[in-house]
Amino acid sequence: MSDHSGAAPHGSPETTGAVDESRRSFLTFATAATGAIGAAFGAVPFIASWSPSERARALGAPIEVDVTKIDPGQMVTLTWRKQAIYVVHRTPEMVAKLAGHDGDLKDPGSASSEQPDYAKNAARAAKDQFLVVIGNCTHLGCLPKTRFEPNQPELGTDWPGGFFCPCHGSKFDMAGRVFNGSPASVNLRIPPYSFSNDSTLVIGKDDVAQGAA
Amino acid sequence: MHRNLSGRVARIAAGLLAGVALIAAPALQAAEEKAAEGHESHGVDWQGWKAGNQINDATSLQRGASNFMNYCAGCHSLKYMRYERMAKDLRIGDEQLRKNLLPAGAKTTDYILASFPKAEAEAWFGRQPPDLSLITRSKGSDYVFQFLKGFYLDETKATKTDNLALPGAAMPAVLSDLEGVKRVVFGHGESAHGGKNVERFDEVQAGSMTPAQYDVFVRDTVNFLQYVGEPSQVDRVSIGIWVLLFLAVFTGFAWMLKKEYWKDVH
Amino acid sequence: MAGDHDKLPARPGFMGWLNKRLPVDAFLKDHLTDYYAPKNFNFWYFFGSLALLVLVMQLLTGIFLTMHYKVGEMTAFDSVEYIMREVPYGWLLRYLHSTGASAFFIVVYLHMFRAFLYGSYKQPRELLWLFGMVIYLALMAEAFMGYVLPWGNMSFWGAQVIVNLFGTIPVVGPGLVEWIRGDYGIADATLNRFFSLHVVAVPLVLLLLVTLHLVALHEVGSNNPDGVEIKGKKGANGKPLDGIPFHPYYTLKDIVGVGVFLMLFCVVVFFVPTFGGIFLEHANFDMANPMSTPDHIAPVWYFTPFYAILRAVPDQQLGALAMALSLVCLVLVPWLDRSPVKSTRYRGWIWKTALALFVISFIGLGYIGLKAPSPLFTLMGRVFSVMYFAFFVLMPWYTKIDPVKPVPERVTYEKH
Repeated sequence: MSDHSGAAPHGSPETTGAVDESRRSFLTFATAATGAIGAAFGAVPFIASWSPSERARALGAPIEVDVTKIDPGQMVTLTWRKQAIYVVHRTPEMVAKLAGHDGDLKDPGSASSEQPDYAKNAARAAKDQFLVVIGNCTHLGCLPKTRFEPNQPELGTDWPGGFFCPCHGSKFDMAGRVFNGSPASVNLRIPPYSFSNDSTLVIGKDDVAQGAA
Repeated sequence: MHRNLSGRVARIAAGLLAGVALIAAPALQAAEEKAAEGHESHGVDWQGWKAGNQINDATSLQRGASNFMNYCAGCHSLKYMRYERMAKDLRIGDEQLRKNLLPAGAKTTDYILASFPKAEAEAWFGRQPPDLSLITRSKGSDYVFQFLKGFYLDETKATKTDNLALPGAAMPAVLSDLEGVKRVVFGHGESAHGGKNVERFDEVQAGSMTPAQYDVFVRDTVNFLQYVGEPSQVDRVSIGIWVLLFLAVFTGFAWMLKKEYWKDVH
Repeated sequence: MAGDHDKLPARPGFMGWLNKRLPVDAFLKDHLTDYYAPKNFNFWYFFGSLALLVLVMQLLTGIFLTMHYKVGEMTAFDSVEYIMREVPYGWLLRYLHSTGASAFFIVVYLHMFRAFLYGSYKQPRELLWLFGMVIYLALMAEAFMGYVLPWGNMSFWGAQVIVNLFGTIPVVGPGLVEWIRGDYGIADATLNRFFSLHVVAVPLVLLLLVTLHLVALHEVGSNNPDGVEIKGKKGANGKPLDGIPFHPYYTLKDIVGVGVFLMLFCVVVFFVPTFGGIFLEHANFDMANPMSTPDHIAPVWYFTPFYAILRAVPDQQLGALAMALSLVCLVLVPWLDRSPVKSTRYRGWIWKTALALFVISFIGLGYIGLKAPSPLFTLMGRVFSVMYFAFFVLMPWYTKIDPVKPVPERVTYEKH
């Protein structure tokens, strides 16, 4: 349109009287602008249709876990929003050991890692005895194996216990913090979670009392 | 210029009128049908009963949801509808949903499925009670309204009742505590609509509701089922109004632009 | 036209670079700014561009629906309800597509009527008409197979009836029906192949045919309400005296048409998407059930004229043959019409009467095809069917004896 907002195009019937150029360009602009707005709004349903559907959202609702069923030192794996969630019931010894190797960690204070505020502490947990992490390695998404026993031959004599990723060899401690020398650069991610009572862990819902992420 | 402008306005108005006419057409048709029903006044024109429900009446929908959960959900599923979505659309709070509508053991994200086991249902009724997610879309809201008001006493049937809208219905008159029990005195031949010709109803036993209260009960339930048939229908209409207003503005500009350029053509 | 390219001024920058490698400016010049269309187009000339608009809308909404639809006899119906309820704006995509199907036929029928009104199929536009007819047939196949995909009870029984029509073909019929279905009844295999044809094969064919239709149109140029060839009267600059550049004049005019069309279209989409059971039939909200035929089964409205012809003939094979012939008649029109005049404006009362009776019979057949059979409707169906065929069969005769009026030298145009 803009090419022709002006004189009648070449070869068209001769014009009589002056062409109101400003009216033409105003109307051209008004029509084009309205059309552009319309096209933008028209694109909304198409783009929105790619978002998670109501069903996906419903399936991604918080899940509940009875933590009394997890023995100390044991771990359960759950699925929440298509991701593996590790819930570890840490023994007091495991928790105590966490403080002993800060120097070997890339991000001991979890400053550049992803977790809710209530899990940004030494134990990376709302309750020290329960570690809740997203299992997928922060390197390229594999699922690290559990290596809770200390002093494992292939992991070194000073191995304090933790997780080992079979894909590219990233190592994490019992709080999901990544060790130096691992290809992963940040700690395992922690999802929002809360305890609705002493025995029930709710994954996917922030603990309002302890402050949202 | 002024004359030109008024002509332009008239033409745009004519275009809009055509649009309005399209909207009005089904309404006019409905009115026509109503008028046609009026002429024949022998007996009860049960096929002329209209649900008359208002899909944007939130309190009616909430009552309807409660009616459904209390009286229908035992046997009938709404397999495409989740409790949580229903609560959100009908503005029912989470607490109220859990306390009054959610069956024991169900999660808010569950689909609304009947608790009645299939095998048992078939043993009782000879068939599984149908899913009602789309009943108002396939049969119409008026049909459901007529069905829920159409039960009458018929000792020859296993369920001791039959239904005007669905003769031989396997479903017993589960709402008779509310509606009461009625007998039908049939007239000769067929009704104007080709169904059973009903001369009058004889009350056998009164229900806990007055006829007017029962009508509201049924209307709310039908309203809820109509919502379930197409949960987006309220949004659809409200978005549509904005879309049309926008298109009117766009077409207006485009029309003026076209007129401006066509001044070149002689 | 191709020879004009060297007249284009060389452009600097990116467009200059591009034009040396891809004839963008030359293409726009040939088909828009330097493509001359008669200046006297009226209301009936909106529907070609509108058909193109609807085609694009159907492709877009169809692509997005395909992202959520799950083909298969156990999943198709549920996935359509999933689209209607759970996909964000899925209901809008679906209603745009379902309403678009009906809009396509409305627009195409009006477009075809325009050809009858102004003799647009007559020499030199016979091939243009043929491409149009093949588009129409492809569109019918596309619409039919698309209608099966929701796997409602009307989808199922519609497919049952239409596929069984092929069974009336002598000798090969029964085997052909089994081959089309891929099973002993309409089944998962049928649904799957219809899905593939509906979303890939037929749309590709349609795009190709529409391109050919447009190339053929731009080669011969548009007809107009006077049926006068504007190429016959050229000015000093070699351009038709009664022609105006398609852009900006007809692009701007068509945009107005698009606006008005979209308003009417959106009234349906947002306020009456089922159109009282005509665009989306009530029985199709029940899932496909091979054990239960809906009480009243009729094809979607755009097929009903031909369906009524099928029903009007008391013999099964002859009925199917009559239906096929009713389409063949349309294809042959350029050679049946022997009138020396194109436009109805300059034809005589015989043609005008014949055309009016044809329109009445087509609409009448369409109405009867929607209704359950009754003795009155059967009789009317037969009368209208005879009228329909008489329009074509007698055309070589009555167009010859029709008292035509003199055609003007130039098109008639009154400045608004």
